[in-house]
Amino acid sequence: MDLTLWTYEGPPHVGAIRIAASMDGVHYVLHAPQGDTYADLLFTMIERRGQRPPVTYTTFQARDLGGDTAELVKRHVREAVDRFQPDALLVGESCTAELIQDQPGALAQGMGLTMPVVSLELPAYSKKENWGAAETLYQLTRGLLKQDVPAAQPQHDPKRWQQQGRRPRVNLLGPSLLGFRCRDDVLEVQTLLTMHGIDVAVVAPLGAGVEDLKRIPDADLNICLYPEVAESTCIWLERNFGMPFTRTVPIGVGATHDFLVEVHTALGLEPPSPEEGYRRSRLPWYSESVDSTYLTGKRVFIFGDGSHAIAAARICSEELGFQVVGLGTYSREMARPVRAAAKALGLEALICDDYLKVEAAMAEAAPELVLGTQMERHSAKRLGLPCAVISTPMHVQDVPARRSPQMGWEGANVIFDDWVHPLMMGLEEHLIGMFRHDFEFVDGHQSHLGHAGGAGAASGVPDLSDGPEVDEDALVWTPDGEAELKKIPFFVRGKVRRNAEAYARQVGCKEISSETLYDAKAHYKA
Amino acid sequence: MAGPTLLKESGPREVFCGLTSIVWLHRRMPDAFFLVVGSRTCAHLIQSAAGVMIFAEPRFGTAILSERDLAGLADAHEELDRVARELLQRRPEIRTLFLVGSCPSEVIKLDLARAAERLNEELQGRVRVVNYSGSGIETTFTQGEDGALAALVPLLPASDERQLLLVGTLADAVEDRLIHLFGRLGINRVSSLPPSQSTALPAVGPGTTVLLTQPFLTETARLLRDRGATVLTAPFPLGAEGSRRWMEAGAQAFDVAPSQVATVLDPLMERARIALEPHRQVLAGKRIFLLPESQLELPLARFLQRECGMELVEVGTPYLNRDQMAEELALLPEGTPVMEGQHVELQLDRVRDSAPDLVVCGMGLANPLEAEGIATKWSIELVFSPIHGIDQAGDLAELFSRPLRRRELIHPALHPTQPDHPVHA
Ligand code: SF4
Ligand code: SF4
Repeated sequence: MDLTLWTYEGPPHVGAIRIAASMDGVHYVLHAPQGDTYADLLFTMIERRGQRPPVTYTTFQARDLGGDTAELVKRHVREAVDRFQPDALLVGESCTAELIQDQPGALAQGMGLTMPVVSLELPAYSKKENWGAAETLYQLTRGLLKQDVPAAQPQHDPKRWQQQGRRPRVNLLGPSLLGFRCRDDVLEVQTLLTMHGIDVAVVAPLGAGVEDLKRIPDADLNICLYPEVAESTCIWLERNFGMPFTRTVPIGVGATHDFLVEVHTALGLEPPSPEEGYRRSRLPWYSESVDSTYLTGKRVFIFGDGSHAIAAARICSEELGFQVVGLGTYSREMARPVRAAAKALGLEALICDDYLKVEAAMAEAAPELVLGTQMERHSAKRLGLPCAVISTPMHVQDVPARRSPQMGWEGANVIFDDWVHPLMMGLEEHLIGMFRHDFEFVDGHQSHLGHAGGAGAASGVPDLSDGPEVDEDALVWTPDGEAELKKIPFFVRGKVRRNAEAYARQVGCKEISSETLYDAKAHYKA
Repeated sequence: MAGPTLLKESGPREVFCGLTSIVWLHRRMPDAFFLVVGSRTCAHLIQSAAGVMIFAEPRFGTAILSERDLAGLADAHEELDRVARELLQRRPEIRTLFLVGSCPSEVIKLDLARAAERLNEELQGRVRVVNYSGSGIETTFTQGEDGALAALVPLLPASDERQLLLVGTLADAVEDRLIHLFGRLGINRVSSLPPSQSTALPAVGPGTTVLLTQPFLTETARLLRDRGATVLTAPFPLGAEGSRRWMEAGAQAFDVAPSQVATVLDPLMERARIALEPHRQVLAGKRIFLLPESQLELPLARFLQRECGMELVEVGTPYLNRDQMAEELALLPEGTPVMEGQHVELQLDRVRDSAPDLVVCGMGLANPLEAEGIATKWSIELVFSPIHGIDQAGDLAELFSRPLRRRELIHPALHPTQPDHPVHA
């Protein structure tokens, strides 16, 4: 039993609904009690979609349990098939149905239906949403393609477009509803590839039909756009059809370039010039411009799904000149690459799905910027830190009306704006010396950016742990030290406090007065 | 027999389960905590229904069952104790802990009553632990509140004192106002369940007269009767007319002179009439279809038809308690189809066929219906908004007139009828 207050991921059948709802002509019969229909609002309200997800819930009740729930499943399958006439049917169960063991998938398969029926077994008590999405896409693709798997060694050649006298074509796998900015990323990546003379054959699951999935092996290469959703499918396609797939997720200027190199190389094309990113995206120049000098070494804490967290870490450290002081993910499936990314930055990754532990780690790292999920946004607000959202779980705010991709050159532009804006008030940081006594900087006069402000990063999270973490070497701030600290603008106060405490520990003094503060300042500037 | 036509149907539903009522109960009793013993689905449900992460530190959570808990029930009990202890240590301000059963915990027959007993013994009155079920195999949406309140009834102290007890969660301002008005009628001992402090439980006994403020509190009412209280039946306090009759029922039970009632309520009724008028102009003659969810559908339909002049196409309700609803049913026009239960697909077919001007529905259905050109109103909003009482009648009507006014405002521009007047470039 795990105590959860907020959760990063829903149950695995919600992942399955994401796949069904992303596609055309796929219907999902879910053996579930009535309350599980809440899943519909994720799509109709959070994503503001005008269609219900294509799901029929069997809505069994306690009084049905003694009787024949299997018959209930069959009745709903029959009704759903008659009414929706899907091209493929997914059949599965939610957590409660798993316990009563009706095996709806097997029941449906025994009904002599004419369309492909995929039975989904998604263990609700050990797996979560992204895993469920990945497994569903995999099962569906496999179900539709297994009769086409070549008997002998697969002869797939990603360069065969050359002999066939046509443009190379690739599939984009992984974008789905309730994925972070997927809709816009697809457009962006499509534009990017078209610019390089590469066609996109199938985008799946988002917008794909059953016939599209069957066309997947006709392409030369698979682009694994969201490993959380598409990696298992890509691996299966590689193993059975010999189709290679890409490993780089094109988020950020460097990763977009690497992605293009990877795609070109696999297809036997001349890789594009490394200058392209500089010409096509504004991030490189904006980052180099003198206005960005203030971004130097900003301490950033990153937490999100695996792909976005890894991408964010690279952009922060290589493209924006930030210092990454924390990196983690809630996706256990992505733990390995996230650990590697953290290690490369000299950090230990935080693999965890308890947002309170993430909040504690965030407070401990005393960052100046948080890149996280909606949950970290809340934690950051409590800690008085600026934050930008980089990853699911989805919130209605993460589905903007305008285009707002994360991938490709335009995605890099969006990222520059989205991540740097929360730091904007630091723009005047170099003026602090001059204006340090200006009332604008005093508590209570906060910026138009609406920061909670005041408290500063290192006010800590007193209510976080009741565990007695009484530090033997607890540092004491003297009233005059506190007073001096208060004069420092709130948006850098966390950093100053942290430096002062680190300095005090280093020199072995237990009290921090205004003098200590200045000593520390001199020490760190030196 | 005259009156509405009572129908039933069953099939796939689109209704929240009883866990959802935690979302308003935890705000009503800030010193209580609701611990769902369930699955990741249950956790995700309350998170999603609560508007996805409004508060960083909510007063509800889920003890998520894992494979290990399913394997051995004995361990599950130990695990539950551990989680509860951990939680109470983290949140020392909690005074009442509700253990909330879910479908999974019901199906594996995890005995939460026993768990509550055990924890109560261990905690020695520092925190009170009670249990109820909000599972979707047994309860819908608002029935969760019935379960929570019913769980509190055995804990209410006994008292023979003559008093009025208002039962059901109300917005604070509305509650204050109603208590004030009863005071003006001369009924001065008025308390409420749930109380705004979970430990300040009202007393109950043979002198207690109960007015239900919400129609979904059947079990709570039954238990209060068992404790000797008299539960009045009356129309529910939605709309000016319903609220007045509801207050009159209370007044009568306390022998308040009708002239006194008239003195206090007549001016309110006149004011409500003025407040209702602009909304009535929008709503009169419009056709409304209520899909089942909150069990407020019958009183709302009665209000919309009688006071706002709307035409009722169909009134759905997840369950119909005919005794409790007798007075509401009697006020509905003859032949009104009242549908108990749901087959969501068939019901939506009927919505489309009848093309109503407004549909009251759950959150999952609203946008798809809007996309089909049908204006909607979320039923959950009616549970959250201060809509009870004569003074709120105008506000209640406004909740229904607003979607229609909005359409009038934007529809001509967004859906131009002349082809030479394009909207999108
Ligand atoms: S219907 Fe049952 S399993 Fe689903 S959220 Fe409600 S209590 Fe949990
Ligand atoms: S409020 Fe002042 S300091 Fe803050 S961003 Fe605006 S101009 Fe800069």
